[in-house]
Amino acid sequence: MQLELSPEDAEFRDRVREVFTTKVPQEIRDTVLEGRHLTRDQIVESQRALNAEGLAVPHWPVEWGGQDWTDLQRHLWHEEMQRAGVPIPLAFNASMIGPVLAQFGTEEQKQRFLPPTANLDIWWSQGFSEPDAGSDLASLRTAAVRDGDDWVVNGQKTWTTLGQYGDWIFTLVRTDPEVKKQAGISMLLIDMTTPGVEVRPIELIDGGHEVNEVWFSDVRVPGDLLVGEPGGGWTIAKFLLGNERVGVAPVGATKRALATLKTTAGDLMDDPLVRARVAELENELLALELTALRVVAHSSDGAPHPASSVLKLRGTVLQQAVSELALDLAGPASLAARAEDDSPQEGWARRTAPTYLNLRKASIYGGSNEIQRQIISRTILGL
Amino acid sequence: MDFTYDDEQQALREAVRGLLKDAYGDHEARRQAVATDDGFDRALWGRLAEMGVLGLPFSEDDGGVGAGPVEIGIVCQELGRVLAPEPYLASVVHAGGLVAAVGSREQKADLLGRLSAGEVQLAAADTSPGGRWASRADGVRASVDGDTWTLDGVADPVVGGATADVLVVTAALPGDGAGTGVFVVDAAAVTRTGYAAADLTRAASVTFEASAATPLGEPGRDLTDSIATISDLTRIMGANQALGVMQSQVRATTDYLKSRKQFGVTLNTFQALTFRAADMYVELELAHSMVDWATMTIAGGDREVVADAADRVGLATARAGRHIGQEAIQLHGGIGMTAEYAVGVGTAHLEVLDQWLGNAHHHLTRLSSRVTDHELVEAV
Ligand SMILES: Cc1cc2nc3c(=O)[nH]c(=O)nc-3n(C[C@H](O)[C@H](O)[C@H](O)COP(=O)(O)OP(=O)(O)OC[C@H]3O[C@@H](n4cnc5c(N)ncnc54)[C@H](O)[C@@H]3O)c2cc1C
Repeated sequence: MQLELSPEDAEFRDRVREVFTTKVPQEIRDTVLEGRHLTRDQIVESQRALNAEGLAVPHWPVEWGGQDWTDLQRHLWHEEMQRAGVPIPLAFNASMIGPVLAQFGTEEQKQRFLPPTANLDIWWSQGFSEPDAGSDLASLRTAAVRDGDDWVVNGQKTWTTLGQYGDWIFTLVRTDPEVKKQAGISMLLIDMTTPGVEVRPIELIDGGHEVNEVWFSDVRVPGDLLVGEPGGGWTIAKFLLGNERVGVAPVGATKRALATLKTTAGDLMDDPLVRARVAELENELLALELTALRVVAHSSDGAPHPASSVLKLRGTVLQQAVSELALDLAGPASLAARAEDDSPQEGWARRTAPTYLNLRKASIYGGSNEIQRQIISRTILGL
Repeated sequence: MDFTYDDEQQALREAVRGLLKDAYGDHEARRQAVATDDGFDRALWGRLAEMGVLGLPFSEDDGGVGAGPVEIGIVCQELGRVLAPEPYLASVVHAGGLVAAVGSREQKADLLGRLSAGEVQLAAADTSPGGRWASRADGVRASVDGDTWTLDGVADPVVGGATADVLVVTAALPGDGAGTGVFVVDAAAVTRTGYAAADLTRAASVTFEASAATPLGEPGRDLTDSIATISDLTRIMGANQALGVMQSQVRATTDYLKSRKQFGVTLNTFQALTFRAADMYVELELAHSMVDWATMTIAGGDREVVADAADRVGLATARAGRHIGQEAIQLHGGIGMTAEYAVGVGTAHLEVLDQWLGNAHHHLTRLSSRVTDHELVEAV
C-alpha cells in the first residue's frame, strides 16, 4: 500500500495536463467549466485535438490508436481531462462502438470505421432503447429481416441522445423472433442518411433538445454492417453496457463543479450550513475517487469490476447532489432560467434549475440506479 | 499509488485472524469475556504479545517491532471483525502512541518494552467529564513543587482505565496559557471506578488527588500538538476497527437474507431488502477506500495531512457506521436486537468507537471550518 504517485506517473499526469490545457481551445474549456452548452462543432473540435495527440481513445487497442497505459494512468487521464474542462470524447464513439468494433468487428469494419470514429469524423448515436424496452432491453422489437444480402429494418428507437447530430447509429435489432428473446438480437450499424430513417426531437424538462426518437421504415442495410454473428447482439450489448457503467461516474467533473460553486457562492460560503454541505460533498467525492482508484487496481482483462456499479450509483447521486446545492445557492435568481441574455441575474444562477432538472437523467440512463443495485445484490452479494 | 497489501501484510492478517477466530469466532466467547471482571481475555492479550502484535507500532529500540501504520490498521480491522473487547486501541495505539511520541528514550524503552511484552497495560486519560475531543486538557491540572509533580482532577471516560497498570494522563500545566503536558501515573495509586460502555467494553472514571506523576519527556513543555496528532492516529486506527465491524455486519446480513424464511421463501426474494443490502455494500466500499487512504497518509509524516485525513475518515466511517449498523439490525428483525447475536452488538461497538474518538458532527465541524482553504480535495 502506498499513496504517492510514482515519479513516472507524476510525470505522466503533468504531461496530459499540459496537453489538455494547451491543445484544447480555452473557449471550449470555459464553456465546460461554466456549465454552458457545447455546440456540435466544439465537441468535434475538441475530440480532434485530443486525437491528434493520441489522447482521444487511449483505452482502445494500440493498433487502433489506443495507448499501452496502466489502469492508473487511464484514471489520471480521465480525471485530469475533466479537471481541465476538456469535453470527454464522445461516449458513443470512444467508449461504446469503438471498443465493440475493436473486439467483435471484422477486419474490414475496423478499417472502415475505427479511424473516423476516433477522430469524430463519424458521429455515432446509440439506438438501443425503445418505448417498451428500457431496463428490460432484451424485449426490444425493432425488426431486421433478411432480404438477399441486406437487412430490412422496421421499428422505433427512443431516447437517442444527440441523434440530431448523428451520422451513423449502432442499433440492437431483432433478427430472429422465434428464439429466446436474448438470442434473437443482433447489432446493426445504420447510416442515418439512408432513406426511411427519421429523427424526431423530444423536449426534456430543462427545455433542451438532447434526445430524439429514431424511426425506421423499410430501411435497407447491407449485410456487412452486422457486427459479430446474427443473434450475437446481446453479448455485444452486455460488453458495451459494462464499459458504459465505468464511464458514467464523472468524479472529476463533479469535483470541478463543486470547486467552481465555492467561488460563485461568494458570501454564502460564510453560512455554516452551506459550508457543512460543501464539506460533506467534498468528503463523499473523495471517497468515490478513491474507490475508483481502488477498483481500477483490481480490474483484470479490461472487464468491468462488479464494484463499478458502486461508482455509477454513487457518482450519479453526487453529481445530482452538487446540482441541488447550486440551485439552493442560486435561490430566486434561478427563476430567470429562460430569461433573455441581458437578464440582470447571473448566468451561473440562471443555469442551475435546468441543470438540476437535466441531471435527474443520470440515475436513469447507463443502467438505472435500481438496475445497479440489482447487479450489486446479485453479482456481488449473491442475493 | 497502490491499494494492495503485500504478502507479509497478508500473512499478518491471516495470523491475527486465526488467533481471533479461535478466541471469538463464536460470539458466545465474546459474551463470556466481557462478563469477566477484566472485561477481556488476558490469555488472548498474552498471545497477542507473543505474536508481536502489541509491539507493532514501536521501534525495535523501544522493544517493539517497528511495523508501519498499514500493519496496525490490519490488526485493528481484524479486532473489529470479531468485536474483540481487548483494549488494543486504548492501550497500544493511543496510550502507547503518546509515550512513543513524547517520552524520553528511557521512558520509551521501559514502558513500551513492557507494553509490547504484555507485562503492563496502559490507558490514556485525556478526557474530562463532559469533554469533547479536545487536545488541551481542562479537567486535570498539574502542579509542581521543586521536582515533584502532582495531578488533581477527574478524567472520564478513560477507556481501558480500570485494568490499566499505568495511566498516561494529559493535564493542564501550571500557569496561565502554559499548555498541556503528558504524565505517567501509577494506576494503583489513584481512585478508579470502572464501568462498561454500551458495547460492554470497559472504561473508567479516574480521580486524581495530589497524585504523584512523572512528566513524559521534558518537564513543563506544552505537548498539545503531539497529543492532537496521536488522537488523529488513534482516530484513523479506530476507523480501521470500524471497517472490520461493518464488513462483518454486511456479511452477516447477506447470509441472513439468504437463509431466513418468511412467507415460505427466503428473504432475499424481496427486492425491498436486497436493494437495502446493496446500499449497505456501497457504503462499505466507499468507507473502505477512505480507511485505506487515511491509513496510507500516516506514512508521509505530515501532521496536518494526517489531521485532515482523520477528520475525513472519521466522518466517512461514522456516516457509514450509522447506515450499516442500523440496517444490519433492521434486516435481521428481532434477532438483531438480542445481546446473544453479534450483529446488534456490532452497532453498539461502532457507536462507542465514534463517540470516543470523534463523531460525524465533530469531524464535519472541523472540515467545514477549512472548506474554503482549498479549491479541490486532492486524493493523491
Ligand atoms: C436523457 C436520456 C438519455 C438517454 N440516451 C439514450 C441513448 O442515447 N440511447 C439509448 O439507447 N437509450 C438512451 N436512454 C435510455 C435509457 O437507457 C433508459 O431510459 C433506461 O434504460 C431506463 O429505461 P426506461 O426509461 O424505459 O425506464 P423503465 O425501465 O421503464 O424503468 C422505470 C423505473 O423502474 C425501475 N425498474 C425497472 N426495472 C426494474 C427492476 N427489475 N427492478 C427494480 N426497478 C426497476 C427503473 O429503475 C425506473 O426507476 C436515455 C435516457 C435518458 C433519460
